[in-house]
Amino acid sequence: MSGKDEAELSRLMRAAIAGDERAYADFLHRIAALVRGFVRRKIVQGGVDPEDVVQETLLAIHVKRHTWRQDAPVLPWIYAIARFKLIDAFRRRGRRIEIEIDEIAETFAEPETETVSERDINRALDGLPPAQRSVVSAISVDGRSIGETAAKLGVSETAVRVSLHRGLAAIAKRFGRQ
Amino acid sequence: MRTEDLIRALDADISSKAMPLRSAWWMAAAAAVVIAAVVFFLTIGPRPDIMIAMHTMRFLAKFVFTIVLAITAFGLIRALSTPGASTARAAAWMAAAPLLVAVAVALELFMVPEPMWSTRMVGSNMMICMGFIPLIGIGPLAVFLWMLRYGAPTRPVFAGAVAGLLAGGLAATFYAAHCFDDSPLFVATWYTLAIAVLAGLGALGGRFFVRW
Repeated sequence: MSGKDEAELSRLMRAAIAGDERAYADFLHRIAALVRGFVRRKIVQGGVDPEDVVQETLLAIHVKRHTWRQDAPVLPWIYAIARFKLIDAFRRRGRRIEIEIDEIAETFAEPETETVSERDINRALDGLPPAQRSVVSAISVDGRSIGETAAKLGVSETAVRVSLHRGLAAIAKRFGRQ
Repeated sequence: MRTEDLIRALDADISSKAMPLRSAWWMAAAAAVVIAAVVFFLTIGPRPDIMIAMHTMRFLAKFVFTIVLAITAFGLIRALSTPGASTARAAAWMAAAPLLVAVAVALELFMVPEPMWSTRMVGSNMMICMGFIPLIGIGPLAVFLWMLRYGAPTRPVFAGAVAGLLAGGLAATFYAAHCFDDSPLFVATWYTLAIAVLAGLGALGGRFFVRW
């Protein structure tokens, strides 16, 4: 990745941590594209859906953003998380051997029948307590704002923020290594 | 849920704050020192002749080994808990404490006549050493494993083992103030074993507790 990418992404991430939502949305979209490319290159056989890994990586980047040092480059941080989540995805699907990703790509290069599975994240969302689930799905799937969600559910905006935060943390935790 | 939807949810949650990992590590270190100190002073405490012992090289050398171990392990574990951080230099520094012990053992073998070697190595405290270093270190180890969970170690088992070495270095620093066996031969044998117990526990903790 180019130095321009690096500079731009760190700038966006710093702005996001300072509370700039638009910078964060921009950052996440770019990261999603980068990670999608990375994951698709690494996953050659079926069984692991690249988009699941993209989503797990974005969630991990979000809940672990306090581990990024603002004076350190952001791309190595992002790719380290993406690689970890990718290996984890393989592992969770029964390949428990610790191997380099490049070897995985070579060893399992044979095409398998592709299974159209439900997104992993939906299963995690379904496992949330009802209050958190309705907040997370109102904001994500229905695209409502914090204020709209609060009005719709008849709770305060603070309660919505808390439920959203806890819900996302719980989903991320469910994706943790098992 | 499409990735687009997820991004909307993450974006709405940007205002949630968490303490930067670096500051959290310093707080954890302070908490671990306090926990170790409390356990140490409530149980065995320092040896009565500590003021006299402080004038002997062998007694002081013990603290050099254990403090160097703790400091180097602290450097490494902070790097290990940060994704993408380079760990090579911090890992190389981990050789410092074993090297210092090796030099001290060589000097001891040179200075002490051979018939006394085994007495020095066995000492009089090995069971206390084997019991109390893990006992003093277990609280700090729990703190450090919790910190690994708060961080994002991409090698959780290795990071857990280093958490054990860090807890071991800290616990051994306190324990050294109690122990009457100051010979590097004793330290190289029993301290190492006791710290290895904590490193093993740490690796297990890394495997089963540190998930993210």
